[in-house]
Amino acid sequence: MKRHLVSAADLSRDDALLILDTAEELAQLSGRAVKKLPTLRGRTVVNLFFEDSTRTKTSFEVAEKRLSADVINFSAKGSSVSKGESLKDTALTLQAMGADAVVIRHHASGAAARLAGSDWLHGSVINAGDGTHEHPTQALLDAFTMRRHLNPGLGRDLAGRKIAIVGDILHSRVARSNVHLLTTLGAEVTFVAPPTLLPIGIDTWPCQVSYDLDAVLPKVDAVMMLRVQRERMNAAFFPTEREYSRRYGLDGLRLATMPEHAIVMHPGPMVRGMEITADVADSPRCTVVEQVANGVSVRMAVLYLLLGGAVFADGSADSARTTDTPEAAQ
Amino acid sequence: MTTYLIRNAQILGGAPQDIHLADGVFAAIGEQLDVQADIEIDATGLVALPGLVDLHTHLREPGREDAETVLTGTQAAAMGGYTAVHAMANTFPVADTAGVVEQVWRLGQEYGYCDVQPVGAVTVGLEGKQLAELGAMHDSAAGVRVFSDDGKCVDDAVIMRRALEYVKAFDGVVAQHAQEPRLTAGAQMNEGLVSGELGLGGWPAVAEESIIARDVLLAAHVGSRVHICHLSTAGSVEIVRWAKGKGWNVTAEVTPHHLLLTDELVRSYDPVYKVNPPLRTAADVEALRGALADGTIDAVATDHAPHPSEDKDCEWAVAAMGMVGLETALSVVQQTMVETGLLNWEGVADRMSHRPARIGRLAGHGRPVSVGEPANLVLFDPAYRGVVNPDTFATRSRNSPYKGMDLPGRVHATFLRGEATVLAGELVER
Repeated sequence: MKRHLVSAADLSRDDALLILDTAEELAQLSGRAVKKLPTLRGRTVVNLFFEDSTRTKTSFEVAEKRLSADVINFSAKGSSVSKGESLKDTALTLQAMGADAVVIRHHASGAAARLAGSDWLHGSVINAGDGTHEHPTQALLDAFTMRRHLNPGLGRDLAGRKIAIVGDILHSRVARSNVHLLTTLGAEVTFVAPPTLLPIGIDTWPCQVSYDLDAVLPKVDAVMMLRVQRERMNAAFFPTEREYSRRYGLDGLRLATMPEHAIVMHPGPMVRGMEITADVADSPRCTVVEQVANGVSVRMAVLYLLLGGAVFADGSADSARTTDTPEAAQ
Repeated sequence: MTTYLIRNAQILGGAPQDIHLADGVFAAIGEQLDVQADIEIDATGLVALPGLVDLHTHLREPGREDAETVLTGTQAAAMGGYTAVHAMANTFPVADTAGVVEQVWRLGQEYGYCDVQPVGAVTVGLEGKQLAELGAMHDSAAGVRVFSDDGKCVDDAVIMRRALEYVKAFDGVVAQHAQEPRLTAGAQMNEGLVSGELGLGGWPAVAEESIIARDVLLAAHVGSRVHICHLSTAGSVEIVRWAKGKGWNVTAEVTPHHLLLTDELVRSYDPVYKVNPPLRTAADVEALRGALADGTIDAVATDHAPHPSEDKDCEWAVAAMGMVGLETALSVVQQTMVETGLLNWEGVADRMSHRPARIGRLAGHGRPVSVGEPANLVLFDPAYRGVVNPDTFATRSRNSPYKGMDLPGRVHATFLRGEATVLAGELVER
């Protein structure tokens, strides 16, 4: 593991499995009456959110609190940021306050990379979504969810599993992070979208591309539906909501063509009636709620490994790992 | 007036000769000149080129003196071997009236580091709607002949057509910033493999090429000349080559950064690489070098675009576009064109002095280094090797993409009409 988590592309297979396995161990906590671990006691984690986000921010906050970190929420609205303070000055302020880690959500692609690559602050940087670039913890919780359903067990990957990601790939940080991570874990990814919602150069990405959802669904182990913003229609990415829904939406009829074991995923928030119908969203094969729960475990694992004592890629471990593992705490 | 005797300079890279500068002209050129001069300069190993002419400089004054002033910008130009620069019109206020262009021109004359030839805006406020008083700017003391809304494209086809026609009355030229605005809404970098991976809004090559195609056709239709600013794609090269093949009056420039850098650098998300038009691909770089070598592209123009540090020390999306380039242009051309064998020094003089002066109709610049001609000269040391350190620049801004890079060559001395503006690599007090 590196000091930061900026891109899912930075994770080796071993890194990714370590996070998923650690998350499995930490997930057992959630079933207990007292859900807290003392691991990050005295460490300060700042949630720096420049963009509105309810579920990601809450998920990180729960994860941080379960690890006993001191949590500071710093949101752009109503703060000095809205008065024109630069990212640099905000970072310098957080550094002066002694932030051990900064979880950043920003509307600009590359903001997390910029923070991690600068000398503005010295703590770990965790990317909680940067523009249309990446959202690595979302990919980790997606992979965690897939593994539980498709190849459960510690140390296991997603080799050979077929995953379709459907919708607005062009503007999706979830798709970008997922294609890196799922490929690293051995899965075969297919993007399904109208050509207008795929980036130029997609043919060089490590995935298949299809314009035909019906042709893809009978072969998948999991399908991930991405939210499609209605505003895209105005920029002529597709003609109408109904046309999009007819061609690329997941309804009960399409669900029936999928293999029985295959699951339906969605990073949320869903637009019911657009990319997914209500009956599919509410069906037992849809893992949306489960993904939210898994998000807490995965983010705990990331914080734990980055701050509480990571096992590094070279195999060396720092003292926190050996003295304060989740098992030891139980 | 100080007289200079330059010993053993290799004029256009040729055999060593002595050059005598007196009364603002080249008084004598030859081997072992037996003349007296106030200052003698040993130019052994140095290449002598006619003073460089930049068709595309942002001096920022009036309005953004925190980024650059006419004084610091012309000092940077002198340090880069330039004796004339064309100052772009996107200042505050915009250089769309005779008053503004005269002010900028006079400041250049006053400081004396480098001639400043203001470029006039094509349209009022660069807004693309109403023609600025092009004739008044031409008739002013600044004698404007190059008109450009640079930074913005004259995207309305009718306005462009009228501008092209109108400036024929005084042998003017419209320099087009070719960027179809609808295709580049929200654009952050070249649209291609890298933009897709980085999730940054794409600036497709076609947005440049479609405007160039339209404008060469318009220029041909109305019998005007058109100049293409900072051409950046292989496709644009093909269109300009085709238009020139038709005998149409089209000229084009390329920036040093588009000759050397590619969009792969954007992976760092460091806004020092953010520029408009954006850094393109290695295939584009290769096509641009080839086109500069074969003359399809007429000139190297810096698009020197200074910005204060706070406009670059931030996240990519909000950063300003542009790079400083006056003080590194000749070094980049040496590396990309001379050391690759694509151009000799005669070719460099043609693309960085003769042709840009001709496009701008600058009478006293871009002349040969021969007796009786205005003594605009740069002495350049091509053997020098060094790491670029923007902290040593004369420009007020530090946004150089070459920071930390090894680049060959450095300017040893620059002369403007016989007066040294740079000696031994240092600015001369004027």
